Amino acid sequence: MSDLETFRAEARAWLEENCPAEMRTPAKGDEDVCWGGRNFVFQSDAQKLWLERCVAKGYTVPDWPKAYGGAGLSPQETKVLRQEMAKLGCRSPLNSFGIWMLGPALLKFGTEEQKVHYMGQIARGEIRWCQGYSEPGSGSDLVSMQTFGEDKGDHWVVNGQKIWTSYADKADWIFCLVRTDKTNKYQGISFLLFDMQTPGVTTKPIKLISGNSPFCETFFDNVVVPKHQIVGEAGRGWDVAKYLLGHEREMISGMGGDGGVTSIGAAMKAVLTEEPVLRAQMALFDVENLTFRAHGERFMDEWKTGKAHPAYSNLMKYVGTELNKKRNELVMSIGGTQALEWESERSNGGSKARNWLRTKANSIEGGTSEVMLNVVSKRILEMPGA
Amino acid sequence: MAMTLNDDQSMLRESARDFMASEAPVTHFRKFRDMGCKDGFSHGLWKQFAEMGFTGILIPEAEGGMGMGQIEAGIVLEEIGRNLSPSPFLTTSVAAVEALKLADKAMRDRWFPGILAGETVIGIAIEEGVKHRPEKIACVAERSGNGFKLTGHKQFVVQGTSSDMLIVAARTAGAVGETDGLTLFAVDKDAAGLSMEAARLVDSAMAAHVKLDGVQVNADAVIGDVDGGWAVLSKMLDAGRVGAAAEMVGVGTGAMDMTFDYLKTRKQFDRVIGEFQALQHRAAHLYGEMEGARSIVLKAQSLMDEGHAKAELYVAAAKAKAGLACNLAVREGVQMHGGIGMTDEYDIGLYMKRDRGLNEFFGDAYYHADRVATMNGY
Repeated sequence: MSDLETFRAEARAWLEENCPAEMRTPAKGDEDVCWGGRNFVFQSDAQKLWLERCVAKGYTVPDWPKAYGGAGLSPQETKVLRQEMAKLGCRSPLNSFGIWMLGPALLKFGTEEQKVHYMGQIARGEIRWCQGYSEPGSGSDLVSMQTFGEDKGDHWVVNGQKIWTSYADKADWIFCLVRTDKTNKYQGISFLLFDMQTPGVTTKPIKLISGNSPFCETFFDNVVVPKHQIVGEAGRGWDVAKYLLGHEREMISGMGGDGGVTSIGAAMKAVLTEEPVLRAQMALFDVENLTFRAHGERFMDEWKTGKAHPAYSNLMKYVGTELNKKRNELVMSIGGTQALEWESERSNGGSKARNWLRTKANSIEGGTSEVMLNVVSKRILEMPGA
Repeated sequence: MAMTLNDDQSMLRESARDFMASEAPVTHFRKFRDMGCKDGFSHGLWKQFAEMGFTGILIPEAEGGMGMGQIEAGIVLEEIGRNLSPSPFLTTSVAAVEALKLADKAMRDRWFPGILAGETVIGIAIEEGVKHRPEKIACVAERSGNGFKLTGHKQFVVQGTSSDMLIVAARTAGAVGETDGLTLFAVDKDAAGLSMEAARLVDSAMAAHVKLDGVQVNADAVIGDVDGGWAVLSKMLDAGRVGAAAEMVGVGTGAMDMTFDYLKTRKQFDRVIGEFQALQHRAAHLYGEMEGARSIVLKAQSLMDEGHAKAELYVAAAKAKAGLACNLAVREGVQMHGGIGMTDEYDIGLYMKRDRGLNEFFGDAYYHADRVATMNGY
């Protein structure tokens, strides 16, 4: 047996012994997801136990080094672990922007002290992070942001406003882009970390077309941030942000539904049999879905071996988010009038309609589809022009 | 398996790429087209394919071949597609070889040496209507003497009149529409009662209409089992489909690269037209479609090579996706080239024609999307 197959057998045995039965059913919605953090209330003992066991094993962040709370697995071992988790239907023990976004940025740009401290907290699910990037006047043109940190020697005093801050009202800390030099557009931005309980920080949820409020407006009024809470050098925050956006794009591009290749068509067979044109649309969607899964697999394999173009995640983000929107359009069409229900128990509180509306943001957040196409065109295809 | 080429595969790609670019580039295709070649390909080139080892790429090593899989065959096909190199590779070395691998030793010994030497061409006689419907085969094989007597017609038999042997699917039992009751036969080109009419296609390939008028074959002409031909047929068709998909990745990529080069050189309104965002976004979208096609084709090939239970689903998805993406590439190619894209002098139109032929080969994108739906349970 190869080393990898030995690892597979061990991982399987560990999961079978340690993953509680309640954690082997699909999460029904956001309420079922463990986000961790100071204020998180576990929905069940099983959820708490599953998190604790994974933390002890390093499996909340299996590919991170052991010194920072991970299990130190190789990319191949991580893939095997995920495959085995998928086979048993194990839920993710912990979801967080810390794992998906801040952690990788810290690993690349953070000091040893920051890695041990912040990555450890993330791995243990102790601190829930939010991201402060967009501002009311700076969406696609992110680098035009105005939130300003005035240099006061050993600290900055931050004033300004962020928007589309995901779960800011639930987060413990924020990683935030702050302009620390008004004279330099690209090299005048710093990447700061601070506690959302710092005096002067306030948040206000934004109600979306889905009726839900996953995003907030976040205001900073003379917020004091000590100098050691910077990642990378002062003025070089844009480098960190760009690197991290790459990870965000990978994450969003991976959101096309169940993360797998299972068709949603079989469950809708009764409707599809009666509606040949809709069935044809569903069939073509399944071709695209299988294609995207294979594309993602190939991209990850090339990424890990350093063969992927550095801007390739922009393409995956574009393709994945457009696909997810298409999927939800089909779910609504197949659902018909029942999918229109907004509140009933029958419709699980309007989940189809709300999910459908939520997905419209997929091709806006983290860089619009149009910006992604610009980047692909210029950086990968090397088309001329500004 | 990792979704990247290993070192051996990368080397094969380099040698196939160099070979096609130097020995069979688009100018080679034009030369044979313009001389009105009755075969639609060069026998000399087919010999060169053999010298490179390509013709036996799927033939087991023990029988003199390279013993490779669909990924490797696909690497050669992508370069064939990129250069529009005309050859019997897809029908003979991919589809026919996969069928013959399931034949008895005597038949393999009869045909493999000629394929390995680049001397033998085999035609695939499956289609009977204008669209691919293998379960609708009506051609009949009645028991007769020591073997069978075949009666019926076939069409779209690529390189049929250049073939030494035809693999003919005929019904030995069951009704039209059933997959049971089919049998595959190796029919010699000189068999009495076999007649062919060659037709030149839009992409300058030659395809035959075949008439079988009581063609007598011996029992040893059967490939696989009598009445159980669907298993052999499916294997042959899936190899041909994933092969055509790989060739379309080459055709689409060739058309796309040519078009992107044009966007970077053609000037209008005092600007290189590639500066226009309207074209940049379409170019980036097309690139994504071709990358997706490349990925699903590689996935399907690797599942076939593994003998994975899901291979059939992925082959159908790959043929569908490669067809859709390649078709987009040639349509965008002609449109973005503008007026010169409509001229015979420019190559882009040749890619459009080749795409059309490959899309129809062994089932188009809609046929295969329908199969995906069926296999997915709706």
